[in-house]
Amino acid sequence: MNVLEARHLGMRYGRKWALEDLTLDVPGGRIVALVGPNGAGKTTFLQLAMGFAEPSAGTVVAFGLSPRRDAAAFLPRVGYAAQEPALFRRFSVGDLLKMGSRLNHHWDGTMAASRLRRLGIGFDLSVASLSGGMRAQVALVLALAKMPDLLLLDEPMASLDPLARHEFMRLLMAASAEQGLTVILSSHIIGDLRATCDYLVVLTRGRTQLVGDMDEIVGGHQRLVGPLDSLDAIGRVQEIIQAEHSDRQANLLVRIRGPLLDPRWESFPVDLDQIVLAYLSRNAPISDFDTDLKAEAAS
Amino acid sequence: MTLPRVAAGAITLRMDTTSSLTPYLQLVQQITHAVRFGQLTVGDRLPTVRDVAAQLAINPNTVLKAYRHLEVQGLLASRPGTGVFVAKELRGPSPQDQAALRRALLRWLAQAKEAGLEAEGVQALFADTIRHYTIDQALAS
Repeated sequence: MNVLEARHLGMRYGRKWALEDLTLDVPGGRIVALVGPNGAGKTTFLQLAMGFAEPSAGTVVAFGLSPRRDAAAFLPRVGYAAQEPALFRRFSVGDLLKMGSRLNHHWDGTMAASRLRRLGIGFDLSVASLSGGMRAQVALVLALAKMPDLLLLDEPMASLDPLARHEFMRLLMAASAEQGLTVILSSHIIGDLRATCDYLVVLTRGRTQLVGDMDEIVGGHQRLVGPLDSLDAIGRVQEIIQAEHSDRQANLLVRIRGPLLDPRWESFPVDLDQIVLAYLSRNAPISDFDTDLKAEAAS
Repeated sequence: MTLPRVAAGAITLRMDTTSSLTPYLQLVQQITHAVRFGQLTVGDRLPTVRDVAAQLAINPNTVLKAYRHLEVQGLLASRPGTGVFVAKELRGPSPQDQAALRRALLRWLAQAKEAGLEAEGVQALFADTIRHYTIDQALAS
């Protein structure tokens, strides 16, 4: 069952579309990686999903509720944390917990307190004195204490070092197992996502390029290397995402659509980084080129 | 030397981010290996999904998928409310058979060396032959 559904969702700032015609279903119980370069529309999408702004076009609903029209029913069910968590710097960690319990109807303060203790974060510490990694962990613990069904995380680890990222992910994975929530996590760092996220959305220029189950996507792509003269035959069976060639040899990243029967071709597994890169480079330059052609034709 | 005891339970599962195996198949392989080589025996309890997810920073669904896969194979069994347990022994080829296969392989390697095939060439030939064998088997079935 889908937890979140976007239909032809768009957001325009002035004349520029930050997000355009996005149609996306997010199945429940998944940890979704929302991946794309800076400016792809990841933050805009998450902000629309939270109801921070009214979309310029289309709709987004979660649990069948509109984040803005049904805010009273929607907000208790969703948690949110961003790259620079908006925590009051002069508050202590204990103050934040107290504030959370007063502002939220559903609030599991016991769980939040025990998580913070396990992380070794003292309640008397002021927010200003916390490291970036600790601040991100506190923001996540607070978002989880609402007991949300859906958690939206906008680049939560962008400013963290690898160890702090790992600790953040351990906390998130444990919480996901304990609370069974759906998570949408935006990131432009791909490395950590393979083992943590089980659903992938690749976004460029406000449009989805690739959506699906993480294992199926990674298992469903391969690098094929073989003689250039049989490229067309391969292209009739496999979906070519990225192609490079020398005089006689072709080097392809393909989505597997059928068996590879020509013994002259070799196949190799590809990792998530390579797949995402192939989709990003497939789409970005081509649309540039199109725009340039149109601009030329118009002049 | 004392090693830090990182997790309760008989075995420590790992995640190799450079492996070309999907994360859930890595877990399947590690558990199968532990049963085959006696680090896990019938009745041993596996770590909870939550603990593996938190320990390795991996998706809980991945752990579930691995456990389910092994349950379908009959290697594991879950008892509601108590956990997931090893349900049967695994026996690969007998030590004698393994030793015989190894001897045959060593003879073949000596032959390959005589024919001028270096280690890299052996590996390439081996990978290629396995691939063709798999394709032929798939086409035959």
